[in-house]
Amino acid sequence: MADLSGYRFTASHEWVDGESRVGITDYAQQQLGDVIFLELPEVGRTLSAGERFGVIESVKAASDLYAPVGGRVVEVNDSLVDTPERVNGDPYGDGWLLKLEDVDEAGAELLDLAAYEKLTAGH
Amino acid sequence: MAQRTPLYDRHVALGAGMVEFAGYDMPIQYSNMRDEHTAVRQRAGIFDLSHMGEVRIGGPDPVAAVQRLVTNDLDRIGEGRAQYTAMCNDGGGIIDDLIVYRGVGECWIVVNASRRAVDVAWMESHLDGGATLSDVSDETALIAVQGPQAVSVVAPLVDGVDVAGLRPFAFAWGANVAGVEHVVVSRTGYTGEDGVELYVSAEGAGAVWDALLEAGRSVDMLPCGLGARDTLRLEAGLRLYGQDMDESVDPYSAGLGWVVRLDKTPPFIGADALRGVKEKGAPRRFAGLRMSGRAIARHGMPVFSGDAAVGEVTSGTYSFTLGCGIATASLHSDVPGDAPLQVDIRGTRAGAEQVALPFYKRPST
Repeated sequence: MADLSGYRFTASHEWVDGESRVGITDYAQQQLGDVIFLELPEVGRTLSAGERFGVIESVKAASDLYAPVGGRVVEVNDSLVDTPERVNGDPYGDGWLLKLEDVDEAGAELLDLAAYEKLTAGH
Repeated sequence: MAQRTPLYDRHVALGAGMVEFAGYDMPIQYSNMRDEHTAVRQRAGIFDLSHMGEVRIGGPDPVAAVQRLVTNDLDRIGEGRAQYTAMCNDGGGIIDDLIVYRGVGECWIVVNASRRAVDVAWMESHLDGGATLSDVSDETALIAVQGPQAVSVVAPLVDGVDVAGLRPFAFAWGANVAGVEHVVVSRTGYTGEDGVELYVSAEGAGAVWDALLEAGRSVDMLPCGLGARDTLRLEAGLRLYGQDMDESVDPYSAGLGWVVRLDKTPPFIGADALRGVKEKGAPRRFAGLRMSGRAIARHGMPVFSGDAAVGEVTSGTYSFTLGCGIATASLHSDVPGDAPLQVDIRGTRAGAEQVALPFYKRPST
C-alpha cells in the first residue's frame, strides 16, 4: 500500500497529493477495471476545483474526471497514452494523471484518508 | 433479488466482482479482463454460464417441430451435432439467437437468459405435431472451458466420451465427469477459440467446476467473468442479443443471412416475411469497425460518413488481441463497404475503418 500521508480525496474518487499531482483512487480503478484510454487536458489549461477536466475509459465504462482543486496544468502523464494500465497497477504512483501549479482551493471539497475510506467502506 | 447459479459461492470465494446480468448475480471479473481474455486466447479459461436457458423438445417428431421455430435447417446436421440459428416472429424479427442440439428422439435448445421467458412462451404457443417442451434451465448448469488448451484440461476428467475426438459443434451425452453422471459434453463456445461446454446437473456443478479448476492449474487456466466473455465474443465477431439485434431486426440486417434457409421443409415461422426482405434487399447491413484510436465506440453511438448519419454502433469494446478499439455497427445498406466512417464518441468524431468479421480468427492447427 502506498504511503498516502499528504493525499487528499474527493467524493468523485480523485486524489491530490502534497506536490499537487492529481490521480484517481485505488477504489476508483478497481470499480472501473481495465483502463484503456484517457482524455486529459492540455498543459497550460487552468482548472477550477470541481471542473470536469477529462475522461477515463475502461472496457466497462467511460467516466468523467473532476479537478479536486483548482490550478494550472503544468504536466500531464504522457506515459498513459501507451500504457493506461498503469492507472490500474499503481493509481497513487506511476498512474498519476496531471500536475498542477498555482493551486487554488476555493470551492474544493476535500476529504482526508479516514473520511474517504469511510465513504467507500462497504462497497 | 437476483438469482444465483449453483456456483455462486465459489465465485465469491475466488474474489470475483459480481454484477446482475439477466436476473442473475454473475461474475464480471475475477482478476482483470486483460489477463482473463489473454488466458483464453493463449491457454485456457473457465466460465460459469449457468444463467443460460436450456429447453428440451420431445414428442413424436421433435426435429420437425423445431424446424418450424428456427431459421436454419436441422437437416443439414446429423444427430449429435449442434447448430447456431435464429428464432423469428411472423414479421421476420429476431426473437432470439439460439444453439439447437440435435439429439436422439429429442432436441435441446440453448437460449439467452434475458430471453428465456419470452422464448419459452413463444415456443409453447407455436409447437405443433404433439411436440412437448420442458424448460430445464433451473436444474441445468453450464460450464465452459475455452482456449487452445481446453481439450487437454477437460479430456482426462471425462469418462464415456472421447472429447478430443469430438469435431467442432459435435456433442455427446452420458459422460461421467469427476464422478458426476449424465453430463453433456459439447465442442462449442462463444470465444472464437477451441473449447468445450459441459451441461451438468445443478447438484453436480460444484464437483465438476472444482475438478476442472484443479486440472487447469497445469496450464495456468483462469476463471473468467462476463467482461472477458464479451471482449472475446466481439473479437470473434459473435452476436449478442439485445445489443446487436432485437425483435425489430431481421437476420439479414444483423448479418445472419447464413442461418436463414428459406427453402427448407417444413418452412419456419417468418419465412414469408424474410423472403420479402431478401427480394427487396435488407434495410441494414452489419459491419465490423476497426477504430483509429483507443476510445471505445459503444452501443447506440451514431456512425457518420462525412456529414451523413449512416447508422449506429451495436457493440464495441477494446480488443486486447489487436490493441485497438473494435465495434460492430448497423449501417444503412447503401453505405459503400469501403467508405471511411466516423463514430461520434461523446461529441468527438473517431475514425473507423470497415473491416470484415471476425476481427480475430484463431490460428489453424
